[in-house]
Amino acid sequence: MNKTAEQYWKANIRLVSVLLVIWFICSFLFGIILVDPLNTIKIGGVGLGFWFAQNGSIYVFLVLIYVYAKRMNALDVEFDVHED
Amino acid sequence: MDLQTLTYTVVGFTFALYIGIAFWARAATTGEFYAAGRGVHPVANGMATAADWMSAASFISMAGLIAFNGYGASVFLMGWTGGYVLLALLLAPYLRKFGKFTVPEFIGDRYYSRTARIVAVICLILASVTYVIGQMKGIGVAFSRFLETEYDTGLYIGMGIVFIYAVMGGMKGITYTQIAQYCVLIFAYTVPAIFISLNLTGNPIPQMGLGSTMADGSGTFMLDRLDQVVTDLGFKEYTTQVMGSKLNMFVYTLSLMIGTAGLPHVIIRFFTVPKVKDARSSAGWALVFIAILYTTAPAVGSMARLNLMNTIQTGEVGSAEGNVEIANVPQWMTNWEKTGLLQWEDKNGDGRIQYYNDKNAEFTAKAESYGWKGNEMTKVDRDIMVLANPEIAQLPNWVIALVVAGGLAAALSTAAGLLLAIASSISHDLLKGVFMPDISEKNELMAGRFAMAGAIAMAGYFGLHPPDFAAGTVAIAFGLAASSIFPALMMGIFNKKMNRSGAIWGMISGIGVTMLYVFQHKGIMFIPGTSFLGDMGPSWFLGISPNAFGAVGALVNFVVAIVVSKVTAPPPDHIQHLVEDIRVPKGAGTATDH
Repeated sequence: MNKTAEQYWKANIRLVSVLLVIWFICSFLFGIILVDPLNTIKIGGVGLGFWFAQNGSIYVFLVLIYVYAKRMNALDVEFDVHED
Repeated sequence: MDLQTLTYTVVGFTFALYIGIAFWARAATTGEFYAAGRGVHPVANGMATAADWMSAASFISMAGLIAFNGYGASVFLMGWTGGYVLLALLLAPYLRKFGKFTVPEFIGDRYYSRTARIVAVICLILASVTYVIGQMKGIGVAFSRFLETEYDTGLYIGMGIVFIYAVMGGMKGITYTQIAQYCVLIFAYTVPAIFISLNLTGNPIPQMGLGSTMADGSGTFMLDRLDQVVTDLGFKEYTTQVMGSKLNMFVYTLSLMIGTAGLPHVIIRFFTVPKVKDARSSAGWALVFIAILYTTAPAVGSMARLNLMNTIQTGEVGSAEGNVEIANVPQWMTNWEKTGLLQWEDKNGDGRIQYYNDKNAEFTAKAESYGWKGNEMTKVDRDIMVLANPEIAQLPNWVIALVVAGGLAAALSTAAGLLLAIASSISHDLLKGVFMPDISEKNELMAGRFAMAGAIAMAGYFGLHPPDFAAGTVAIAFGLAASSIFPALMMGIFNKKMNRSGAIWGMISGIGVTMLYVFQHKGIMFIPGTSFLGDMGPSWFLGISPNAFGAVGALVNFVVAIVVSKVTAPPPDHIQHLVEDIRVPKGAGTATDH
């Protein structure tokens, strides 16, 4: 692997790690582990923990994939590894 | 028009539409049969992936499980959407760059081993067939209601239709048909949800209705009312009841997530986009279309439960007139009674139905003082809830007809996609790739079709006695994929030093552990009575249910693979270069076949 390809891969791993940490927080942490304390906070008639487990996490997942696609496409150009 | 005629018309029209599209776009070459010639736009691909993905488990079964498990069913909501994040970030772009047709092809090439390819094919077939069993359950439920017959008859008819349908087209036919099916199923899912949300809470957006107050002017929140209604009858509180334990929910969710990223019929989708860039966005588009249904499901489930409870418990709990009279049960109950999936029995002979939790000792004492002699709703199959929902809420007949069409669309599209994955793994990976490299294109297609027919027959047979509700059976399929395919793919991309022996032993031990655990609790090949440890909570390892065990299997896979790869020879140089090559998008050509 040449220098740029190596840096590109490192940047990719960094991005993926950050996004996966958020992925874990919004689903496993908020939706399951911390569900009871979060349920004391209500949005409308829904406890926050319950909301993350049944609705909120899904919205966060969407944002994560959007950010990933956008950032990776930018990285492709930056490191000149994009297609054609 | 009466309901029956209307249902036939709507279902007939949608079927004519799918068959028309399948005929117009039918596959002529093996390339088209497997991968639509790679000419599919990311938005179209995302929509088709969504239809492919959202099966009978999502459409028919999931909201029913939410209705009865409340918060505990969150595992399905998070598990079946969160997997797309893993798929987009860890697999899809690299597999597209690699540019082959099937998952075993990647594994065979990456691990420079025919054995690895064969092991991957076997894992894939096990997961896919289990998945189709779950679909068959859903198809059986939908057809039995639609034709007003028993579940078994509905299942046989459904098998015939799936066969005709899947064998005719290949991927290209399926891709365009699935776009049509997505439109039908999402319309059919959201329309009744909007009506019901409007009726109950006055808010037309189901996602908002979930957190709104009741429209009866009481000012009580819908979920608070539901908690009240179910706990009054001895059931667990809706918004806090857990599935097994928190640990079980954690593992269950993880298992569904990594299973999502390991299922061949979903991964195969990302081979069909033109570019690496498109593979990234395709996963996002797929999740957009999936999220529309998944964020609606919690409202559908909770409101269905509330309506069901109110249908049976019409008045105050414990009062003589508080329960529905058997002579006056609504039409939908008698309709579903015919399928054998809904049953009641007047145990105390008062001519009314009492529906309560007779496993709750405290409440049973109270129930006895009312003269109740046990729960009289002797069977409420969870899988009927979505289909019965518009009838329970007394929506117009055309909505009910639409939901039946949507349920069939969901089950058929997924069954077809899975059967294609099974067919390609047998004809392409086993026959052409390993045993008969000289097979002609025509014979390869023929073998694929025979494989499909065999898979349908087998899944139909198990569908007669499914191991669980549709969503539960599908969860087992995810566990199998999670424990075998996902780790092998991920390490193939992210661990350059992962070698042949590591991958093979990882897959074998991962799926082996998972299958052993499932079979010992659910019966060998799901045959009732052959489970040697019993399907009971106390015998579960750390309280983890068999459906959730895939995550443990995946962990075993990772550990075994890494340990074995450390003590065996590293992969040859050209393989390490191959891995470096798939990590960068540059130079991704069109896919080649060998």
